[in-house]
Amino acid sequence: MPIPSALITLLVGMALVLAGLWVGYNVSMLPIDASSNAPVYDALFKVLFSIGTVLFLGIVGVLIFSLVRFRRRRGDSSDGAAIEGNLPLEIVWTAIPAVVVLFVGIYSYDIYERMGGMTPLNDHGAMHTAQPAGDHHHHGGTHGSKQAILASSSSAPAATADQEPGRVWAGIGTNTGEEQTLTVDVTAMQFAFIFHYPEGNIVSGELHIPADRPVSLNMEARDVIHAFWVPQFRLKQDVIPGQPTLLSFTATRPGTYPIVCAELCGPYHGGMRSSVVVHQPADFDAWLSKNTPPVPATVASSGSTPTA
Amino acid sequence: MTLASPSDFQAPQQSSPDQGGPRGLQPEGWLRYLSFSLDHKVIGLQYMVCGFLFYFLGGALAGVIRTELASPISDFVSRETYNEVLTLHGTVMIFLWIVPVVNGAFGNYLIPFYVGARDMAFPRLNAVAFWLIPPAGILLISSYFIKGGAAQSGWTAYPPLSLTTPSLGQVIWIISVLLLGGSSIFGGINFIATILKLRRPGLKMMQLPMYCWAMLGTSILVVLSTPVLAGTLILLSFDIIAHTGFFNPALGGNVVVYQHLFWFYSHPAVYIMVLPAFGLVSEIIPIHARKPLFGYTTMVYSIIAIVVLGLVVWAHHMFTSGTPPWMRLFFTIATSFIAVPTGIKFFNWLATLWQGKIALNSAMLFACAFIVNFVFGGITGVALAQVPFDIHVHDTYFVVGHFHYIVYGGTVFIIFSSVYHWYPKFTGRMLDEHLGRFHFLLTFIGFNLCFAPQHWLGLNGMPRRVAEYDPSFTTLNQVSSVGALLMAVSTLPFLFNVVVSAFRGEVAGDNPWKALTPEWLTSSPPPVENWIGEAPLVTHPYGYGAPADRLDLKMVTAEQIWNDPKP
Amino acid sequence: MTSLTSGTGDLAQISSDVDIAGQSDGHGEHGEHPDVRLFGLATFLVADGMTFAGFFAAYLTFRAVNPLPENSNYELELLLPSINTLLLVLSSFTFHRAGRGLLRGEGQACRSWLAITAALGLAFLAGQMVEYFHLPFGLTDNLFASTFYALTGFHGLHVTLGVICILIVWWQTRTAGRIKASTPFGLEAAELYWHFVDGIWLVLYGILYLL
Ligand code: HEA
Ligand code: HEA
Ligand code: CUA
Ligand SMILES: [Cu+2]
Repeated sequence: MPIPSALITLLVGMALVLAGLWVGYNVSMLPIDASSNAPVYDALFKVLFSIGTVLFLGIVGVLIFSLVRFRRRRGDSSDGAAIEGNLPLEIVWTAIPAVVVLFVGIYSYDIYERMGGMTPLNDHGAMHTAQPAGDHHHHGGTHGSKQAILASSSSAPAATADQEPGRVWAGIGTNTGEEQTLTVDVTAMQFAFIFHYPEGNIVSGELHIPADRPVSLNMEARDVIHAFWVPQFRLKQDVIPGQPTLLSFTATRPGTYPIVCAELCGPYHGGMRSSVVVHQPADFDAWLSKNTPPVPATVASSGSTPTA
Repeated sequence: MTLASPSDFQAPQQSSPDQGGPRGLQPEGWLRYLSFSLDHKVIGLQYMVCGFLFYFLGGALAGVIRTELASPISDFVSRETYNEVLTLHGTVMIFLWIVPVVNGAFGNYLIPFYVGARDMAFPRLNAVAFWLIPPAGILLISSYFIKGGAAQSGWTAYPPLSLTTPSLGQVIWIISVLLLGGSSIFGGINFIATILKLRRPGLKMMQLPMYCWAMLGTSILVVLSTPVLAGTLILLSFDIIAHTGFFNPALGGNVVVYQHLFWFYSHPAVYIMVLPAFGLVSEIIPIHARKPLFGYTTMVYSIIAIVVLGLVVWAHHMFTSGTPPWMRLFFTIATSFIAVPTGIKFFNWLATLWQGKIALNSAMLFACAFIVNFVFGGITGVALAQVPFDIHVHDTYFVVGHFHYIVYGGTVFIIFSSVYHWYPKFTGRMLDEHLGRFHFLLTFIGFNLCFAPQHWLGLNGMPRRVAEYDPSFTTLNQVSSVGALLMAVSTLPFLFNVVVSAFRGEVAGDNPWKALTPEWLTSSPPPVENWIGEAPLVTHPYGYGAPADRLDLKMVTAEQIWNDPKP
Repeated sequence: MTSLTSGTGDLAQISSDVDIAGQSDGHGEHGEHPDVRLFGLATFLVADGMTFAGFFAAYLTFRAVNPLPENSNYELELLLPSINTLLLVLSSFTFHRAGRGLLRGEGQACRSWLAITAALGLAFLAGQMVEYFHLPFGLTDNLFASTFYALTGFHGLHVTLGVICILIVWWQTRTAGRIKASTPFGLEAAELYWHFVDGIWLVLYGILYLL
């Protein structure tokens, strides 16, 4: 009977969507959220997880149903129906994924924007950002026009490392235009992260930050590519030699979380871990004043060595 | 119309009368398989056997990886060795197993049949392409034993790491990848020429079996993207040997340019690994479901769409490399849209099964499991394509899970499926069904145990390419290692089956599946020049259920295919 | 099916043309299929062109993003490369004349034009060498220098190969040689390749010297 079959399809579809939503919103797959990015990320995750579940269960359901319902019975050596195609059907199953994908794309664009991916901080594309004082067209002029064209970009090679290079902005994270941003210099090297606090001139192997206050990391790599990743912040940024990078975010939940190097950087890549300690603001001030050295610290005095 | 009498097929090895020249000097019997043979079927099987040998090697390396990861500390091998092993594992699996087998082996064996030709367009080039592979593979492996050891920078060989790790191993890695890339380009040229230029007169493009289209698309990707990898690796080798600074930031170079160039090849490479598999399923499913392939035309268009889109999505591997936001957005959207043509193919396969008469034999079990696994891996792929999502999981085990679901759950499953399906063609004997199903069950369970938990691991903080990890991840890693062990065990019934059936297997007859695609319309195994008489003109390769007179078959009539109880 | 038989008949016809002893792909002896070697070569040239495209893309990106160190001077002399460009463009025409000569059965003219083409190619290579020796920078001086040598060197290798091919063809067109008007593959292949090398040079000249 054709009429019930349409009805059944509808009911099954609705059940599927409900099941998908339930799974997406009730099965927890992520570590706790500790930055202002994380809840936004988790919202995206739930949507993707739900859609994925609906599609997966739907397709596997149809597959298993066909395998059972249309299995070849013993002794039957005839062929199936000679159906070679069906244009309306083809259109439907081109349109549905297209719509889904379009929705997912637009939604994740929105999420990306909420995560700070499209903030004006990043006006001129990745190459021009949060440029400290100084004009980065400084190599030009003396060598004729060709030289000037070549020099007009900002990511500086080691040859000009003495000058403050332009920073590539990580393209994600809270926009930290505000006054009270905490700036930390991060040096990634085989096989450790070194954190330097210009404010107080502290050098540390661990990152200490206050909750609910924007943090801005000026990241530089000494040797090969590393990646700064805090799973609980849902943030990751490659630290590429020759391409100083800026990553900004706001931590929200006090606690201690791992910092993981996520880019293969040599034999001890797996040991290149550290922690970020998120303090209550008052505790952070205490930590800061307690650790401010009377004389400038050197990198060597930091407690960070590879976990050999 | 004269029917072919079985006696026409009696002497498959007998050479055709006009045979002479170089081929007359070719060795006979199994020795052919060690020779510089020009026969596309011999070359196909050479690719196949060689590929499987490298698969076992790559699998053994995976075994080392999973053994090391069974405990959270670095204990089984040294950290340097671990990096060598994972680099070799990735390189062997991609360049010496998947690409040669799914393109080279099946392509060489099947394409000439499908276009109605007696051989590939350039048989000599074809043999050269194959014979580049064993030396390249041996060279790659031998680098493990030299001073400094094999390459340690992953299959992606990102500089500056690849410039600072022991250079001899890295240079050998580059040379062997260049050789393998060259082999792949030669193969691609050959397939394009064969499919476009060698079609039997009267056979139209839109009448070709789907695998031809898949191979055409793949070969276009090979020809357009592999040379870029070659150029990039040449520049990288200059950086290592001649101390130029293309990718060396200390000398003013730019590492992100390397990444762009590398992925310009290596993203299309993933479709090079999967499009042929799509083609193979499209051959297998209609035969065992006894129904025409659903939506032939849209299937063709979706291959074209995948090829075009596949060339413009590479930067989704670089979302955390500091690429500009507009670029990230473009690559997010382009990547996501690949789900549409891919989806069309999956829905068409489901529609082919619908109302069919499905024989759930080993070939079909693997093919259906392919659908399940690939949809899973594809959905995680679309999630990865979203910039904000990827930023968290990039370079973690989530990605490892994603691509093993596709390359293993997709392509490797299809390779197994195809072996069950075409083994009777290769050897004239059937594989044992019971062992086949047992193999399937072990593989399917082992595979899911091994790779499903990796998604959770990645989401929760386990990066990839590490020999040591946070102890809280131990349990799931052990589950994963047990899964890998099961997969290794599952190859035993397979190997046993393939070897023993070659001698003891039930005699298959020429067309055990009563199929309509041209390779089945000759003897099994086929004679040297594929058909004793004229090549059949097959204009409806998927004409199941159609009245026999619509099928334009020479030599074997449709009646014969359906009415013969068991040839 | 009548169409079928006639189809095979055509094939046999074509293949007897193709059958160049020892030069075919191992299938000539079977007289099986039309000659698709030129098509294969064209496909290969697409691939080869992509290698160059990769180099060009790298060069342009380096130029756009990576400034050179202060003291690097790389103003290029334009005179010699421009003469070289002319030589190469000219050689494409002379090659074309050679092909026409062969088709018209004017064997001697064909060979002369081939010789001129080869000479032009050699002159180009010589010019390239002169330029190399007068450049103020070495391979590893800076990014521009390295890319310059990589690009021109890779192209130079192609020219060298091209000249060798021309000489082989020249040898084969001698009277009673392998290449005749009825079997022009060798010459056509070399010509196609030569035009390709020429075309690549024009792009290279444009972005390396003029841009
Ligand atoms: C054969 C190999 C293969 C294939 C086919 C694919 C297919 C896809 N891949 Fe995958 N991928 C790899 C192999 C492959 N991948 C490898 C090896 C890596 C890691 C490389 C490394 O770093 O070492 C990788 C990494 C990788 C990344 C980078 C992750 C990272 O490093 O951060 C991304 C991101 O976008 C991605 C996306 C995709 C997408 C969107 C598809 C799509 O083509 C999938 C499309 C398919 C479907 C979606 C399923 C079927 C469709 C439907 C049923 C329709 C309905 C569906 C929807 C509407 C969603 N892949
Ligand atoms: C393309 C195909 C492909 C295939 C088929 C596989 C198959 C497998 N892969 Fe692989 N894998 C890659 C491609 C592939 N992989 C790539 C590209 C990478 C990335 C590398 C990089 O980061 O650079 C990777 C990385 C990778 C990792 C991550 C390593 C890391 O990041 O630290 C892991 C970890 O579990 C893994 C596991 C496995 C397992 C268990 C299998 C199993 O499915 C294998 C099952 C097969 C067998 C077990 C063979 C059975 C045969 C025998 C056992 C015979 C043994 C013989 C002797 C001992 C003589 N792979
Ligand atoms: Cu630093 Cu990995
Ligand atoms: Cu990709």
